[in-house]
Amino acid sequence: MTDTAPPPTTTGAQEEELHPIRLRVNGVLRTAEVPARRLLSDCLRHDLGLTGTHVGCEHGVCGACTVQVDGRPMRSCLMFAVSAQDHEITTVEGLERPDGTLHAVQRAFRECHGLQCGFCTPGFLNVIAAFLEENPKPSEEEARDAVAGNLCRCTGYQNIVKAVLRAAELRLEEQVDEDAPVEVDEVAR
Amino acid sequence: MKPPAFKYHAPASLAEALDALDAVGHDGKVLAGGQSLIPILNMRLAAPAHLVDINRLSELAYVRTEPGGVTVGALARHADVERDADAYAAVPLLRQGLRLVAHPVIRNRGTTVGSLAHADPSGEMTAVLALLGGSVDLVRKGASRTVGAEDFFAGPLESCIEPGEMAVSAYFPRLAGRTGTEFVEAARRHGDYAMCGVAAAVTLDDDLRVTRARAAYLSVSPVPLVLDLTEAVHGATPATARWADAAALAVLSIEPEPDIHATAEYRAHLARVLTERALRAAAQRATSTDVERTSR
Repeated sequence: MTDTAPPPTTTGAQEEELHPIRLRVNGVLRTAEVPARRLLSDCLRHDLGLTGTHVGCEHGVCGACTVQVDGRPMRSCLMFAVSAQDHEITTVEGLERPDGTLHAVQRAFRECHGLQCGFCTPGFLNVIAAFLEENPKPSEEEARDAVAGNLCRCTGYQNIVKAVLRAAELRLEEQVDEDAPVEVDEVAR
Repeated sequence: MKPPAFKYHAPASLAEALDALDAVGHDGKVLAGGQSLIPILNMRLAAPAHLVDINRLSELAYVRTEPGGVTVGALARHADVERDADAYAAVPLLRQGLRLVAHPVIRNRGTTVGSLAHADPSGEMTAVLALLGGSVDLVRKGASRTVGAEDFFAGPLESCIEPGEMAVSAYFPRLAGRTGTEFVEAARRHGDYAMCGVAAAVTLDDDLRVTRARAAYLSVSPVPLVLDLTEAVHGATPATARWADAAALAVLSIEPEPDIHATAEYRAHLARVLTERALRAAAQRATSTDVERTSR
């Protein structure tokens, strides 16, 4: 054990440099001091207390930690918090409206029984919310494809796919309420 | 699973990034999308002492389509390349391959140039670059070079990028003539690493007879493998060509390694089936879509 083998690669023993960061999360400017290796998922949970973002596999496979970065869903376990500065982060806590009304996708999940244990749900909600912005009237096949990158061990996915389609309807109804002139018939199709 | 500690560099320009890479040399690694690098760090399969984060170099976030082909900057995300209509019109194989890269959420963050630099033999974009005969631009402080696909990939997860160097862009040339392409693969699960994948390009002459048929393979060789299969189908029309013969010819040149996901035999079987499928579809595209392209 006294040969010339290099020391273990970790530098955990020495003091790690901390980086002050400013993150815009759910419209609020938050600050923290983190080591460079702090994953965005851990920063959200540990440093900012936003435990709605769940951490499953920590290598990008399960999708539970998915958040929106500038409106695009991304794996927060595959980003460093220091890289996320200057971007608009949306977590599951930021989906509901300021008055507490649930997002269309959240209401659809409740209606369609799209969750059981709920662990994977925050990731699904962010993926679907962003997906519907791009594709407001998806077919069932498109809905299925949209959630293919997220794992759920409870539901068997059928009700999640139903929830995607229902969320699309609810979302369009919401828009009708907001800009009244549109014919309801036209949107219901 | 947390990444090991590293010294973080956040350059604001390409020049600063090259300075940082030059200073840290062998101990440095470029962080772009991180969709392959961060899992490797999380699983502690690598522990670079320095990470140079290029996510602020918006000057490299471009997809540029010119008559000759498409140039993709180091910070262009897969999703940006995939959605780019001009890039698709010039080099359809880009989108055909990109839609098979992991899942849309990963493609939102991962970069096309990064996946080339990662040089995973199961990476779709390595096969796309190889089949098109594309190249990668490498820059270091005070010097730059362009490396063709045939020299870029050195081995599994190993490219020819040297310490201090950075891949700043990749060039995907437009295929000449009446050429159609297709990308097919077989994976255990949707979005997973392919057990075998085939990118194919078929060129027809004005009488719609095959003049060239080539295929590139992933997950069956240490570096992307490109095979010329023209001799099996030369002079035939897409409808009469014996695509199965071309596939049989391809299998003679493939020596896949077995692993936990598939035996060597099964991978060879997949290569044969997928080759036939990809060539047939590519030839079909060459017949139907090229009329539109030449009329522009």
